[in-house]
Amino acid sequence: MPEQTDQPEHAQPEYLQTPSQTVGPFFGYALPYAGGPDVRAPWQPDAVRLHGTVLDGAGDPMPDAFVEIWGADASGQPSTELGSFDRDQHGFAGFGRSAADRAGHYSFTTIKPGAMREGSAPYLLVAVFGRGILQHLFTRAYFGDEPEANAADPLLGRIDEGRRDTLIAVPDAERSYRFDIVLQGEGETVFLDYGTEI
Amino acid sequence: MHPSANQPELTQADIDVEIAERSAAETDAAAGGALPSHPRRDYRPYRSTTLRHPTHELVRADPEEIELVSPAFGHTDVAPEEADMTIQHAGEPLGERIIVTGRILDGDGRPVRNQLVEIWQANASGRYVHKRDQHPAPLDPNFTGVGRIVTGDDGSYRLTTIKPGPYPWKNHRNAWRPAHIHFSFFGTAFTQRLITQMYFPGDPLFGLDPIYQSIVDPAARERLVAGYDHDVSVPEWATGYRWDVVLTGPSSTWMEPEDADHA
Repeated sequence: MPEQTDQPEHAQPEYLQTPSQTVGPFFGYALPYAGGPDVRAPWQPDAVRLHGTVLDGAGDPMPDAFVEIWGADASGQPSTELGSFDRDQHGFAGFGRSAADRAGHYSFTTIKPGAMREGSAPYLLVAVFGRGILQHLFTRAYFGDEPEANAADPLLGRIDEGRRDTLIAVPDAERSYRFDIVLQGEGETVFLDYGTEI
Repeated sequence: MHPSANQPELTQADIDVEIAERSAAETDAAAGGALPSHPRRDYRPYRSTTLRHPTHELVRADPEEIELVSPAFGHTDVAPEEADMTIQHAGEPLGERIIVTGRILDGDGRPVRNQLVEIWQANASGRYVHKRDQHPAPLDPNFTGVGRIVTGDDGSYRLTTIKPGPYPWKNHRNAWRPAHIHFSFFGTAFTQRLITQMYFPGDPLFGLDPIYQSIVDPAARERLVAGYDHDVSVPEWATGYRWDVVLTGPSSTWMEPEDADHA
């Protein structure tokens, strides 16, 4: 490689990313909170359930994982309502957190968001954390009862057909969708990079 | 049962070799280029990663509106007293009282305002309040080790706590974690979400710890180590540490190029 000419010194300080570390096993008193899984109160007429199991590469459930969701409202707008954490039972703040139970199962009630863009299908943003996960993983839960919108969605269209279904939450009961998250191996969930894999 | 029974066969020396080999391989592969800031998800010396990392490459996604903003936390979410982990019980916790302060900034150095910071840690003896923590060190009835803060207009946070102790874990025989405080951050965009651990300067366990060493860039690792700051120390009360955090990634003002989805 030819010798580099001297680069000019940075006039501005550089702001370099702080690295991630695993959440570890002992977040239980810190991160789960009352109402965390109830992004929309279950008694609200528009409430839907999103639930599933977090599985490792051996197919074993991960009881020490937790899941966050962040979704738009029914019109496709992100909520700007204050109190995302200490939400009341009437509003909708869009953010939820559910710790897996002893069977590795998480469950939210929320609303089905509207599509955010012309030509895009509606989805919930999903983040997965746990012991052994050194940097959390992002994915999206699209909705199985939106076949036409999903067929036209630009992200889903770029994913191998054989793996696309891992991003689809499957209707499994009235107002309920199942979205298992497989970290590794057969049926491995498609995880997303937003330019943050640095 | 004394905990030294039922220990894994794998020794610290085995882990040391794995860490050194991986470090050499990463440096070779980078060929003088930049190493990543974030840890490798498939970092074998940390055994719990083995079945918990994806094997497929991540798929690049263009962030939509929901990914470019964060939840709106308000004054009702967090009480100011939650920033002091030493006042949550009737008595004072045991240990070395410390203050940890700093700023949360984005990749352009702009403050991350009014965002939630969540904190948890072991007590001065290295014990967590958690039923699965079996380390036979004493619990402290005056310390839960949980705090929450909403950052100020300048992106600052200020935490009062006690210095956590190192603790053993079962990754390998005689494995000890360096003392650390867990932090969870939200940026201005949800894609800036970060959970990490803050360490203390000069910890002799750094070189031995596969979680810390999973960040293969030595300069990036050091960004998790707080600095002792005498100006933060309070006379007759607490020693002070400073730790700034940078959350890069698309900001709320990021504009998608036209037709990016069809490129």
